Amino acid sequence: MAFVFDRQYEHLLRRAGFGARSDELDTYRRQSFRGAVELLLNYESIEDDVDGHLMQPGYVQISFNRGLPFSPRTVISDARQRWLFRMVHTNRPLQEKMTLFWHNHFATASGKISSSLGSTAEGARYMAAKAAEDPGGVRGQIEMLRDNALGNFRNLLVEIAKDTAMLVWLDGRNNVRTRPQENFGREIMELFTMGVGHYAEQDVYAAARVFTGWNLARAGTDAHLQFAYVAGAHDTADKTFSFPVYRDGSKTIRARAASEGMQDGLDFIDGLAAHPETPRYLGTKLYRFFISETGNIDGRWLDRISAVYFRSGYDMKAVMREVLMSGEFWDQAAYFTRYSWPVEFVVRALKDVGWNGFGLGEALTPLGNMGQNLYDPPDVAGWDLGQRWFSTGSMLARMNFASTLAANQKGNLAKAVSDASAGQSPESLLAFVLSGLPAADFDNAVRNELLNYLTATGPWTGSSSQLQAKTSGLVHLVAGSAEYQLA
Amino acid sequence: MKVTRRQFVKGGVAAFTVTFAAPELLSDLARAQGARSRNLVVLYLGGGNDSLSTLITYNDPFYRDRRPTLAVTGNVLQVGADSSRVDLGLHPRLVGLKEVFEQGKLALVQRTGYPSQSRSHFLGTDIWSTANPNDASGNGWVGRYLDSLPSPVDALTGWNTTRDLPRVLQSNKVSVPGIFPSPAAYSFSSPNVGAEAVAERNAAGRINSHIPVDRPELAFVYTSAQAAMNTLDRVASVASYNGTVVYPANNAFAQALRAVAGAIVRGIGTRVFYVTTGGFDTHANQNPNGVNGTYYTLMGTLNDGLTAFYNDLRNQGLLEDTLVMSFSEFGRRINENGSQGTDHGAAAMMMVMGGRVNGGLYGTAANLNPDPNNPTLENGGADIRFETDFRSVYARIIDNWLGGNSAAILGGDFRNASLTFV
Repeated sequence: MAFVFDRQYEHLLRRAGFGARSDELDTYRRQSFRGAVELLLNYESIEDDVDGHLMQPGYVQISFNRGLPFSPRTVISDARQRWLFRMVHTNRPLQEKMTLFWHNHFATASGKISSSLGSTAEGARYMAAKAAEDPGGVRGQIEMLRDNALGNFRNLLVEIAKDTAMLVWLDGRNNVRTRPQENFGREIMELFTMGVGHYAEQDVYAAARVFTGWNLARAGTDAHLQFAYVAGAHDTADKTFSFPVYRDGSKTIRARAASEGMQDGLDFIDGLAAHPETPRYLGTKLYRFFISETGNIDGRWLDRISAVYFRSGYDMKAVMREVLMSGEFWDQAAYFTRYSWPVEFVVRALKDVGWNGFGLGEALTPLGNMGQNLYDPPDVAGWDLGQRWFSTGSMLARMNFASTLAANQKGNLAKAVSDASAGQSPESLLAFVLSGLPAADFDNAVRNELLNYLTATGPWTGSSSQLQAKTSGLVHLVAGSAEYQLA
Repeated sequence: MKVTRRQFVKGGVAAFTVTFAAPELLSDLARAQGARSRNLVVLYLGGGNDSLSTLITYNDPFYRDRRPTLAVTGNVLQVGADSSRVDLGLHPRLVGLKEVFEQGKLALVQRTGYPSQSRSHFLGTDIWSTANPNDASGNGWVGRYLDSLPSPVDALTGWNTTRDLPRVLQSNKVSVPGIFPSPAAYSFSSPNVGAEAVAERNAAGRINSHIPVDRPELAFVYTSAQAAMNTLDRVASVASYNGTVVYPANNAFAQALRAVAGAIVRGIGTRVFYVTTGGFDTHANQNPNGVNGTYYTLMGTLNDGLTAFYNDLRNQGLLEDTLVMSFSEFGRRINENGSQGTDHGAAAMMMVMGGRVNGGLYGTAANLNPDPNNPTLENGGADIRFETDFRSVYARIIDNWLGGNSAAILGGDFRNASLTFV
């Protein structure tokens, strides 16, 4: 049964989640808009038992490789399946959505971790392991991001600077006094906080020296890698920047003893978190991810985000409340103005079309062809977003995933049509399919092409063989349409 | 614990590929001779190539001082001296490229770059891609060339071998197809078979011809889908191309070049291609000497791909129609860092290869003396200063190879008469 505000709640769940399962839509549309936003934000109050449903009937399935046990801690394709499973079945959609946002923001690739450490299991472990399942208690980077998904941004920066995968990815583990290593020092300014154009090359050199000694060491009986501050590797001299690091306006981190030198990095991170460009850079990315990828961003919107960011002491929950309660977010002109990321498209298609009998392993190669392997962004700047997802080859991969899913769900779809008595005419079938797959409006010319397709191979009979062929074909065409790629 | 068997999914799913019988192709050679055209292959070395390790000033007294663990210690492949009498050698793994050099078909343009070069991967790549250091946000330089062609421009005038459209190929007129990972994957599936599958493909083709010009966000996706539908059959004709030489199977770069060669040989109308090989951001453990060393392996990938491509096109009689040009977002710091790697630097070498190339050494090498007043260096002697504006290399190619107008496409006159490589 449809409700008056379904479009609004669907919009909220597409943006703050991965689309709406029917039970999700039921949960959220019982709330006011504000109540729904608060339910999304305060996810700690909702039990996180989703991983307990892995491999249970009634849920999307996990595909096994070569008969080996399912091991997301050591096999990256299993880790990808587990994350996709969470996206489909979580009752904390905003937590998953923010985790994906941070994955793109602090983009780290398991492939380099694996090749640098000489073992494919290491890339999966330092990116995806859950502390409770790992013999050394290693918490992978994405788990850390999930734990801090709506946490304090300054703390998140400290966590990422000490994250094992990050210390391998941007070579911080090799950053020592005698030969400072600039990779992390550059990217924490360019990509993680203030953005390019607000620092100078000399700042990069100074930032590299700040983080000298933020390295890795072996720990525990399993000799896993974890953050260690190595005093002997730290450059103790003054570091001066072109922008203020301290609240009093001072631009210089003063020389201090090597044993105290880790404080340099903490002071510098404080300075980056407090830099006026940081919430504007972050706010721009949040606007593009949650509200609209097109058009200019009103400077006053960024002013409001910045004000909340500073007033709350860098609290991302407060920032996201401002984003999701802003008029810009709820403006109907913003509906379907975002280009879905490949994982958003795949997960939403599973929720809309159906998952019973679908194995997530079947989505992994298509996702690669669409341009998005989870845990393996192309580089530290993350994925190329927006229109750049839509090369002809990746659009074809989306159309072909729609085909794979429609083929897999052929029987389920035909049964649903028959249960709803929606097979009486081409028009009733089209209405049924479009109501299940919300998308940008189809122009009349396109609707007519879809109707023509239904009778292209013969007159409408509504026979079960016709419904099998035409329902799956129509779902393929709709889920593979341009309209469905917008969110 | 319940286990879903992969076979269940495999057995339950029937996703079929829909193809139409392609018109019978002429023999490769006959077809190629009947439709000759000039092709440009733009090669991006992703991550910032340390070209000091590609083309090596092996007799520079400061080379080993500044690179105690990263100097190339094996026998460099000597290619003579440049006009400033500096001896130069290619990395020892570039055996095939050395042969191409000896045949006079490989030009090495030293110290290319621009003033105040960006050390950012992203801004740097955008600048090299747009040829605009002042505003790197617009279309690519090759995309602007495509826009200069008479309308309408066929989608397959460009061929991108990567998933995402690179800025180099971004244009107003045409959505260049991304054919990745291979032409064989570039096909249209259907949940049905036979006449039902054909009806779906016909419907998808017709739907995507209704481009909603009044809804620009949506229209963009439509143009990609339309370009896909309109190019399926021609790309399929390339999928079967194996080449006259072996393209190494475990080398994705070489495999991309095999597809490029196939498109050239089949004469499907493509003029510009984009290929890339990555991994050049060698901040740590760069190791140019060990057989499994990072940089040694990078050179192997580069050499083996380009050599196979060169030999294949030579065998097909199409070498004279083909020009390959390489670029990277920056060169790297001269001094090695503490992790046996190199950080982001400035000027670097570009390569131009092809049957009509006037091979040899262009420009002069940097003197590696760390004296801050050394005129071939910058950043206090830390980085290599550019000598040739990279836009001059582009200008030569636009004017003398593509037959375009470089001043119009590059937004200024960057012609440099000393660059006679083509």
